[in-house]
Amino acid sequence: MAKVYGAVTIDARRCKGCDLCVVACPADVLELQPQEVNDRGYHYASVVNPDKCIGCAACATVCPDACIEVYRVVEK
Amino acid sequence: MTQEEIIRPENKVYSRPELLCDVHTHYCPGCSHGVVHKLVAQIVDEMGVADRTIGIAPVGCAVFAYNYIDIDWIEAAHGRAPALATAANRLNPGRLVFTYQGDGDLSAIGTAETIHACNRGENIAIIFINNAIYGMTGGQMAPTTLLGMKTATTPYGRQAELNGYPLAITPLLAQLDGTCYVTRQAVHTPAAVNKTKRAIRKAFENALAGRGTSVVEIVSTCNSGWKMTPDQANKWMVEHMFEKYPLGDLKDVESKTK
Repeated sequence: MAKVYGAVTIDARRCKGCDLCVVACPADVLELQPQEVNDRGYHYASVVNPDKCIGCAACATVCPDACIEVYRVVEK
Repeated sequence: MTQEEIIRPENKVYSRPELLCDVHTHYCPGCSHGVVHKLVAQIVDEMGVADRTIGIAPVGCAVFAYNYIDIDWIEAAHGRAPALATAANRLNPGRLVFTYQGDGDLSAIGTAETIHACNRGENIAIIFINNAIYGMTGGQMAPTTLLGMKTATTPYGRQAELNGYPLAITPLLAQLDGTCYVTRQAVHTPAAVNKTKRAIRKAFENALAGRGTSVVEIVSTCNSGWKMTPDQANKWMVEHMFEKYPLGDLKDVESKTK
């Protein structure tokens, strides 16, 4: 069976910490920063479980600020 | 496989649309407007018509849309976007003309313009963001506000005797002969976002092909106005808004003639 590797990059500068990507992620990859804030004072989203990512792009699809980019590799 | 091996340009499957300007939007965190802006930018990009697209911005939260998507825009007076779109489309044949309006713009002050533009069958696409509240001015009651819903001007909830009934304007527009495609969508889940994208794309294609007016209503959230978190607002929308504003196609002339 093909193995899927995914990865996301988050533009923390643009993120408003709305939490929608964290809710949408089926693999529990993302979480909001509990302490750190960006320049605008938002607890931005960050990758906490990079190995679990399947590159489904659910987080990027629902992101209202288009700050998530998704990469996917399918290993046959 | 390491993160560095995955994060390479050739593996990219989802990127920020090029037509979205590199600025911060003024929208609240979690606002549905951001998702719809992203969809419009993606679709115009994919259709390759960025140089001949004219958007008509409304008055409301989306008033600064011209700062966020890199196409030609006209800023309309409150509610007059379909009238301006009529002019833009008639004077510039072959252009893709769409309006982007909220519920306070389209279904309150702009009802006459909207109904007559749809009735004339202008070859435009109307994107209608329905979040049942006036978000920009501080969460006052809109015509689309649900019965019992608390807003700044209905602190005890909207009552039919005092405030009238919520206005579902999309079914009215579906009755008009000028409209070719009327649909109601939402952007609360990835699947819903993808359906909305297909709907807006179809509306834009109808406008370019001169089939008549297309209306895409997007049932949205206003988490600041509703005083909820973005996730709570999405759940509240599914529980309450979809009852009055059920999703789905209300009219599709093209599929009927096939």
